[in-house]
Amino acid sequence: MRYEITHRTSYTYDEPVSIGHHLARLAPRELDNQRCEWHSLDIDPPPSSMAGHTDYFGNTSLFFALQGTHRTLTITAQSFVTVHAPKTPVAATTPAWEVIREATRANELTADAAAGEFNFASPHIKPGAKFADFAASSFTPKRPILEAAMDLNTRIFSGFKFDPSATDVATPVAEAFEKRRGVCQDFAHILIACLRSVGLPARYVSGYLETLPPPGKPKLIGADASHAWVSVWCGAEHGWVDLDPTNNCIPGERHITVAHGRDFFDVSPLRGVVYGSGDHKLSVSVDVAPRK
Amino acid sequence: MENTAASSVAGLLAASRGTAEAYDEIYQRNGVPRESSRGFLDSLSRLSVAELTARRDAANQLLREHGATYTIFGEQQQASDRHWRLDILPLIIGADEWRGLEAGLKQRSRLLRMIVGDLYGERRLLKEGWIPPALVFANPGFLRAADGIKPAGGSFIFHHAVDLARGPDGRWLVLADRTQAPSGKGYTLENRIVLTSAFPEEFREFRVQRLASFFQKEKDALNAMAPQSKGKPTVVVLTPGPLSETYFEQAYKARYLGYPLVEGADLTVRERKVFLKTLEGLRQVDVIVRRVDDTYCDPLELRSDTWLGVPGLTEAWRAGTVAIANGLGSGVVETPAMLPFLPGLCRHFLSEELKLPNAETWWCGQPRELAHVERNLERFVLKRAFMGGAGQPVFGSELSAAQREELMARIKASPQEYAAQTVLPLSNAPVFEDGRIEHRPLVMRCYIVPDGDDFAVMPGGLTRVSPSPKALVVSMQSGGISKDTWVLSDGPVEHHTLLQTTTSVVHLERMAGEVPSRVADHFFWLGRYAERLEEAVRVLRAVLQRLAGEGNDEQARELAALVPWLVALGRLPDRFGSKVPSTELRMELNSLIENQRREGSVRELLSRVYYNASAVRDRLSDDTWRLINNLERRVQTKSPRLRVPEALETLSNLVLGLAAFSGMEMENMTRGHSWRFLDLGRRLERAQKLVALIKAAIHPSPRNDAVLGPLLEVCDSAMTYRRVYHARPHFAPLLDLLLADETNPRSLTWQLGQLARHAAKLPRDGREGSENGEKQQVDAMLSQLAGVNFERFTEVGENTPEPVVKLCDDLTAGLDGFAETISQHYFAHALPRVR
Repeated sequence: MRYEITHRTSYTYDEPVSIGHHLARLAPRELDNQRCEWHSLDIDPPPSSMAGHTDYFGNTSLFFALQGTHRTLTITAQSFVTVHAPKTPVAATTPAWEVIREATRANELTADAAAGEFNFASPHIKPGAKFADFAASSFTPKRPILEAAMDLNTRIFSGFKFDPSATDVATPVAEAFEKRRGVCQDFAHILIACLRSVGLPARYVSGYLETLPPPGKPKLIGADASHAWVSVWCGAEHGWVDLDPTNNCIPGERHITVAHGRDFFDVSPLRGVVYGSGDHKLSVSVDVAPRK
Repeated sequence: MENTAASSVAGLLAASRGTAEAYDEIYQRNGVPRESSRGFLDSLSRLSVAELTARRDAANQLLREHGATYTIFGEQQQASDRHWRLDILPLIIGADEWRGLEAGLKQRSRLLRMIVGDLYGERRLLKEGWIPPALVFANPGFLRAADGIKPAGGSFIFHHAVDLARGPDGRWLVLADRTQAPSGKGYTLENRIVLTSAFPEEFREFRVQRLASFFQKEKDALNAMAPQSKGKPTVVVLTPGPLSETYFEQAYKARYLGYPLVEGADLTVRERKVFLKTLEGLRQVDVIVRRVDDTYCDPLELRSDTWLGVPGLTEAWRAGTVAIANGLGSGVVETPAMLPFLPGLCRHFLSEELKLPNAETWWCGQPRELAHVERNLERFVLKRAFMGGAGQPVFGSELSAAQREELMARIKASPQEYAAQTVLPLSNAPVFEDGRIEHRPLVMRCYIVPDGDDFAVMPGGLTRVSPSPKALVVSMQSGGISKDTWVLSDGPVEHHTLLQTTTSVVHLERMAGEVPSRVADHFFWLGRYAERLEEAVRVLRAVLQRLAGEGNDEQARELAALVPWLVALGRLPDRFGSKVPSTELRMELNSLIENQRREGSVRELLSRVYYNASAVRDRLSDDTWRLINNLERRVQTKSPRLRVPEALETLSNLVLGLAAFSGMEMENMTRGHSWRFLDLGRRLERAQKLVALIKAAIHPSPRNDAVLGPLLEVCDSAMTYRRVYHARPHFAPLLDLLLADETNPRSLTWQLGQLARHAAKLPRDGREGSENGEKQQVDAMLSQLAGVNFERFTEVGENTPEPVVKLCDDLTAGLDGFAETISQHYFAHALPRVR
């Protein structure tokens, strides 16, 4: 599928802001199954300085700063991306999860050990016994890893309620886990916490999902949203396989990947620190439009 | 002096010995003094215990006067300042032995630099299997934001500290490396200054190596890191602020090296460069010596829940416009888990053997090592591997079977987070305390900085001894005592003057024109609170004096008038309006002195004076500090009941102490912006308080003129009044003296005149064309005052004329407006917010 993606974020500040520093991770990644033909970022008012670099996880990170009093800030990212459904291994043929767990702890930097980086605690996710307990019924002895992970994915999908009012962007994973509700970010964090708690590498994926209108209705522009899901390591042969616990599926050609990281901290699409008193209002609109 | 065993130091020394298995720093096994200690022991043994005690007391006195503290964090993270503890007996290391240590320390610094450089660059150490991946990936000190950065100055690590202990065989072993933001150099300097004054002759006679040239090298190396080649780079020391545990030494060292001590809010990033916000505008910063842990340094890219850092700092560093010592991410090697890999890494990088051996250390992140630790748990002390070893170490030998099991379960849940170190019998050195000498275990911290292509090691270090002979943990947080470390020289000792010039001279405005706005803010409030305190003390004193002499009619009348005055001033609750003095009044007055939580109480104001002074500690002279410390000590009695004579004495002492402080300010401070803002604050506060005191005394009607005497006293103008008018205080002449008399330094006109002079000299950053708003505001008040003829109020009765009340209100509004303008123009540093 080929998409034109427009992601617009607007901040309206109650009090004028004199200086703002921002960090954007909005450029879709180049992947085996994904190509980004074109990406542009429009910032209004125009920044006084700007610099991009590829971060540790291979994401495009753009720093920009605004100087001079402003009351609003609008960032519009536009991208053309072609996505093919990734080759997903047959779950039953993937290695037993215990094999992966041991392999990722190797003392040398094998492909498995490199994935092992995503085994450990990260800024938002502290693995722990209660996540391991929850995961236990999916991770029965010798079960193929992808089968077990998909089972866990389904259990999170059905055991947790999608509820935007329950959490916000700063809700700790443990709290969303206790409440059994949250949004895609919480679902992804919970799945990652469970996988890491049984000793398996899991990473956070931020991106977009093309939503389909209800049958017979036209698609509304801007109704899409930025999305988040998870990758689980299935061993050197199969590599990372994506899982979407919010939609109980393996992402295909309707999931567009923007960034990879250990958790939301590493990939947050926009982060900013502004000088000025008062609060702000935020509005976000995302449009994922199929293009020929 | 009689030298019997009980009263001579020789006797005490002979009677004290360390434990049998530990190395003794001063005596050989056969009881003969070691070569390095011989001279000092001879000289000590000529002293009586009383003489040594006297020297110890003098040293402690000096430490107190310098305000040397170390902040201890209690259970609820409650901070309390402890006096820095220094033992009078130095640890002495011979020249030969030191040469070996020095070579080992230099090698170690070189090696750690290469390791950190690789970890944020190619990571060949992981790819080639020199260190296990989990040691880096699980390590929160591995800062992914630092990946790929080419740090200005060429290296992530600038300075480095090593904690060493001496094993039973006399070999020094490394316990830990400190690469994040090593602390202690300032304390070491302070220890040295204090001990040199305790043993001036010994210090020369034994040719103790001096520290000053090391600090000069550190300065040179910091300057050399500056990415911009220009005459004199701007170097700042970034502190977490007065609440950090080692704030004393941060301020001390910043002052010693002549660098501004700044907080995150003093810096700002523009165009990917770092600037210092000074009163005269932005000034680009070339080098930041950071005492803030790396993850706290930038709320944009690192932890967002903190204001200690500077938003955009990482990006500026990435852009190469600023050097940071130590670079963000340097903490990655500050872990005991790295120790077992260093011998191999040393051979790999330097093709040499590691010269300084490590204490035997096992990282539990590897299965075989974990099994070994479990089998031999009683031999080990278990430490958290990461985050600077957060949490208390656990000694395997002290655990019950159940505790042991519980610990192993915790370790196995995340083995990479633990490391085990063999428990060493640490070497012992004598400590002089309470007239006794006792041998205690010690660890020594050494410091290394770059010196061109080579490295320089501080000839000395921060030695710490445990609080008791049996204690296993040696740290200042757990009540340790420090020692100066003397490294002997076999050649002539180099004399350097850095030490002399910076300790004895009063200098506050070393960096004229480089006063950060926040510093000016603190000076302004220091002035205001000092003045507010003085006024509160004088008012209370006036009341207490009359309470003490209640028998006298005159005083009883004045006391009856004072109570409503205090109510009108808001110092006493309304219910006292109609009440006669009672025990309740005494309780209330006691609370106005003692109650730390009561706004405006003597204690509360004292702590505010102290807080603002400590925030600018690096810019205050030693003598000024001494005065401020003494102020705090003047209010030591804490009694639940008011004892009038004692309270009066305390208050009078405070008046004198504050007078000394303002005298110091007038006579010894350079007339730079720091002084200007201090005096601005003082004058403004005095003017506001004066108007408030007068208004409360004359309004509402009917007036009780019995209050006028005390009012003159509070305003320190009673003598003047008596001399001029030879009469009881009357309304009109009193107003004239307190408001309009331009020869009275306590009058409002005088304060306004000073404010006008300051206003004319305020920095006008980028406001050259704009009008001087502050000056205009003061001039308006002055001309309003000049227009009032107080003589026409001489015949008024009990009702205060309306124009006088209005004058007070206008002046209050004018002064408030002036204060507002100042803070908007000069202190507006709204905190940033993370979105």
